[in-house]
Amino acid sequence: MKIGLLHSLLRKDEKLLLEAFARARIEPVMLDDRRIILDFTTRPDLDILLERSINHSRALHALRLFESVGVRCVNNSEVARICGDKLLTSVALCEHGVPQPEVRVAFTEASALEAIEELGYPVVLKPAVGSWGRLLSKINDRDAAETVLEHKTVLGSYHHSVFYIQQYVEKHGRDIRSFVVGDECIAAIYRDSDHWITNTARGARASKCPVSNAIAELSLAAAAAVGGGIVAVDLFENGDGLLVNEVNYTMEFKNSIDTTGVDIPDKIVAHVAREARA
Amino acid sequence: MAECPVCGADVELENDAVQGELIPCAECGSELEVLETSPPQLGEAPAAEEDWGE
Repeated sequence: MKIGLLHSLLRKDEKLLLEAFARARIEPVMLDDRRIILDFTTRPDLDILLERSINHSRALHALRLFESVGVRCVNNSEVARICGDKLLTSVALCEHGVPQPEVRVAFTEASALEAIEELGYPVVLKPAVGSWGRLLSKINDRDAAETVLEHKTVLGSYHHSVFYIQQYVEKHGRDIRSFVVGDECIAAIYRDSDHWITNTARGARASKCPVSNAIAELSLAAAAAVGGGIVAVDLFENGDGLLVNEVNYTMEFKNSIDTTGVDIPDKIVAHVAREARA
Repeated sequence: MAECPVCGADVELENDAVQGELIPCAECGSELEVLETSPPQLGEAPAAEEDWGE
């Protein structure tokens, strides 16, 4: 069985995956996205490719090229395309009836301000492409809205001209991250923070969250909406219900193995091996 | 043993270190990338880019 591992820098997560591959007696074919050169015809000798690039742009385009020459990829390029763009994720969730916070999209400073006022303060302005909680703005009033929108318009690169505006959900200091591998929601954590941004990359504390039926069902529905595979789903608790905030396609899990007691890299490797044999 | 390109300290590589791996320098805290394992060579890890993430 030949499993390719598309990567760039090897973080703790990828090292844990390499250890899991070794336990499964599989030696992955290492493909550094900084070194590979792809054409449109050469098919690498692989049964399947596991994507672990740190750059969304490289992952997305490399996956599409690998698929074009017949290599199956986990996750596939369509999942990367949808999850890598919050706007496309919201479209997919909406089309599949998966509950999410209210979202508005606008393309100019004026229409974005109008959309924010319509949603009501506070709102969260997010870059459509981005991760780890970077460049998120919680906008509490019109003054802040005008300032942030002007800064984005004047200083932002072109994709900051797509204004993704999300209703602010009061999450009382925590959200939930669940981990989906194939057709199973294998684990979940709470992410607690004194800050309104609860990414662990921004210092939030992880603790075990029991996988209730509601968490499992919604996580699997969100995963299916974006195309399935191996994804991490961020959930907000909203009264008695749950809302899907984001879906991540190159999920990080290093802080969640001891926390949950679930060997997430082993589960990933087993899933990829199963897919390779299928 | 490899030299930290930032502070010059000696950095010990684990036996299972692999090319491309990120490791910290215990002396100066810089994030380093393993460029070669044999002989060991370290470089400064690239700075985060806008599309980095999950």
